[in-house]
Amino acid sequence: MKATVLAPLLEIRGLTRRFGGLTAVDGVDLDVGEGEFVSIIGPNGAGKTTLFNLVTGLDDPDAGTVRLEGRDITRMAPERLAALGVARTFQHGRVFANLSVLDNVLVGSHVRFRKVRPAWPWPLKLLEPFAELALALIRPPSVGTEEKRMREEALAILARFGDRLTPRKDNPAYSLSYANRRRVEIARALALGPRLLLLDEPTAGMNQTETAEMQALIGELKQSGLTILLIEHKLDMVMQLSDRVVVMDEGAVIAAGKPAEVRNDPAVIEAYLGHRRTGGAAGAVTEAVS
Amino acid sequence: MASWFDYTVNGLIIGNIYALLAVGLALIFGVSRLINFAHGSVYLVGAYAGFVAITHLGTPLPLTIVIVVAVGALLGLVIERFGLRPLQGYAHIAPLLATIGISFVLDQLVQLTFSPDPRALPSQLPDTRFQIGAGTIGSLDILIAATGLASAALLFFFLRYTRLGWAVRATAQDRDAAQQMGVDVNAVNRTVFAIASGLGALAGLLVGMYYNYIDPAMSLQATLKGIVAQVVGGVGNVPGAIAGSLLLGLVESYGIALFGTSYRNLFAFILLVVILVLRPNGLFASRRQTPPEPMTGTFIAPSRPLNIPAPALVAAAVAMAILPLVLPSPYVIQTLTNAWLYGLLGLSLTLIAGTVGLVSLGHAALLAIGGYASALLALNLGMPVGLSILAAGVITAAIGTVLVFPSFRLRGHYFSIATLAVGEIVSLVILNWESLTRGPIGLSGIPPLALFGIELDTARSVYWFALGALVVLAALQFRLLGSHLGRVLRAVRDDDVAARSYGIGLDRYKALAFAVGSFAAGVSGAITSHLYSYINHETFNAQLSILALTIVILGGMGNVIGAIVGAVLLVGLPEVFRVAAEYRVLIYGLVLLLLVRFRPQGLFGTI
Repeated sequence: MKATVLAPLLEIRGLTRRFGGLTAVDGVDLDVGEGEFVSIIGPNGAGKTTLFNLVTGLDDPDAGTVRLEGRDITRMAPERLAALGVARTFQHGRVFANLSVLDNVLVGSHVRFRKVRPAWPWPLKLLEPFAELALALIRPPSVGTEEKRMREEALAILARFGDRLTPRKDNPAYSLSYANRRRVEIARALALGPRLLLLDEPTAGMNQTETAEMQALIGELKQSGLTILLIEHKLDMVMQLSDRVVVMDEGAVIAAGKPAEVRNDPAVIEAYLGHRRTGGAAGAVTEAVS
Repeated sequence: MASWFDYTVNGLIIGNIYALLAVGLALIFGVSRLINFAHGSVYLVGAYAGFVAITHLGTPLPLTIVIVVAVGALLGLVIERFGLRPLQGYAHIAPLLATIGISFVLDQLVQLTFSPDPRALPSQLPDTRFQIGAGTIGSLDILIAATGLASAALLFFFLRYTRLGWAVRATAQDRDAAQQMGVDVNAVNRTVFAIASGLGALAGLLVGMYYNYIDPAMSLQATLKGIVAQVVGGVGNVPGAIAGSLLLGLVESYGIALFGTSYRNLFAFILLVVILVLRPNGLFASRRQTPPEPMTGTFIAPSRPLNIPAPALVAAAVAMAILPLVLPSPYVIQTLTNAWLYGLLGLSLTLIAGTVGLVSLGHAALLAIGGYASALLALNLGMPVGLSILAAGVITAAIGTVLVFPSFRLRGHYFSIATLAVGEIVSLVILNWESLTRGPIGLSGIPPLALFGIELDTARSVYWFALGALVVLAALQFRLLGSHLGRVLRAVRDDDVAARSYGIGLDRYKALAFAVGSFAAGVSGAITSHLYSYINHETFNAQLSILALTIVILGGMGNVIGAIVGAVLLVGLPEVFRVAAEYRVLIYGLVLLLLVRFRPQGLFGTI
């Protein structure tokens, strides 16, 4: 793999998060190279989403570091991480319910809006909000041009989802089906122009056709060279897309490697099918293993 | 000199009464995650039930207590059954707003029945005082202390040793799990409301006897004190509520000893804001614990906003502008002028509460700042009135945003409570800063409205001035909503976590929206002050804050046209039908209740 030669884009060392007596994430090490596609699998409650929250600044670790292109981003606020090009989707869907589909995607473009958000050095920085307000009210031509360009880009992103979103671009997000909300989330994440994309169960609640469609889209994103970290229970999809698979259980990484290696790792089969856990992804793993 | 012993006893006695209130609030919060704003009204009803029993029925003390507790418990059952149970599954702020509506209705009913004048509530105990060291303790003090201890002991026994008590504790820990284990959650709710309201009513009776004074205005203060005590002790924590109450009682009592009576409430509310911001879990919680959830979720009902075409809006504005020429009725013109001013108020709050989702319960404080700023600039510095109004808008934006900024980190109910406290603080500062505001005397002789040095001395010119200000600010708000900034503000409201993850710094955009809303509110308050020519610290009171919120919800959150129509309906209609003032508040309470229940998206829908 070419990626391992370069310095990793994302570098996680000893990341730990405890909730009371429970260690949700337990000393996790993980590297993701530029352009690499890494999947995280594991039973429910293994700490996958907590790991995402720690990487994206929504939660603070008790120990460990996270680096992006060598820069320490541990405990950095999510809004700053977004500006560095980290985009994520949420497990249970967090669309802006009263905003239209198009507006949701345009909020995703927020960090790329330059003309409406002047960036001034300190101490002029204090005046930025006033300038932002003035620009919103006065709207010089540059602001209008930028809005128009962002709008076109957002429409192009929506078009990647076929007929799923484009005809509904003006509908409020709360009126969408569950699957369509997940698509809006991904569209919004793409609008940020991410360097690193974290997808938290993008196909949850989707049927087979929809899942295949989503897999094709994610495959295209991978082809375009985007670096992707994926949490997913549907192992067929994971095995086909991933360069590497990381398996978590009870907060710790119990196996990592190429899809084929991980598939036959006894520890993985134990975690999925062993006595300690039932339900969850067991069915999916049986499919994949068989 | 009154001894420290006396102040300590006084503080503990008042603390005991707060505890009776706060324990009820904590129990209710525990099982239903609701801050019950109607609690003070139950306390008020308790005081008046005691008044009726003692002065009209001549009941002896033990019977009076039984009657008061029974009335309170019954009222609690009614509130739970008809006010709150229908709202299960609604947005979390919905039941909170419903309790505000209920409290308006109850307070007003008491006022209509017993008149707003204060009454004496005689203590039925012999007036003996026992000498202890340097101080004394009265028999009523002992009764209050005994009641507090007995209630705490009974409550402890109930929660610890009875099946229903276990059910209450189980429900408080995990409502869904309790329900699945066969706990009748509705029965638990009923029980808790009955107990809490019985204790609340008893507190009302005891306070009335303690001061030998009751009046209908005591309700809101009681709610606020109960909330302060609860927040100090940790929201939903019963022992914490008792500790918080005693602490609050002592702080107030020593505060009075050191600085005088008029500072008493100021201490309570500053304590509230400081604890909310620094230790939102209360003094006794561990540091890294997150506040009890779910406290999030603004009052945003999904809806498709009614789209009114721009030409129709322009036509409506023109029609309103030529109205005084066609219909020269001074009464209609004055009514509409008033409605436009409330429309400005609605605009300002719909931006703050609707567009960016900060449900403020202290909005009247912004009007007060604007009103005083413009009046003082004109009176003391001789600033021309038009300019002073603009300056007042800017001053309000600055002061309002700075005061509320620390609370931006709070979510849901906690933010609303903080704004309520900030509102009270502003009002108390105005009352106490006599060298600037002339304190309780108020500001009189405020120069009339003027524009470019020309005095607006006719009803028509004032009408046009108010309408002009409204149209300009509404147009600006439309422009704001249509920009990327407007999109960002609405995103913050709909999901603050997702908004942060997409690069939106929350404080910055909340402050921006709050400052713009405060500007409009300040302008509205300033115009009002010049129109009235007299204002005092009560001109812009807490009722006005709630009226503003009702206007906003009626019109639809964030909806510019909705805010204006809401103001015309709520302020204009009662005026046209010449509804007496005391019935208006009743109507506002009922409208709020009905809206929350039946049309949370308002008339024109959320934008």
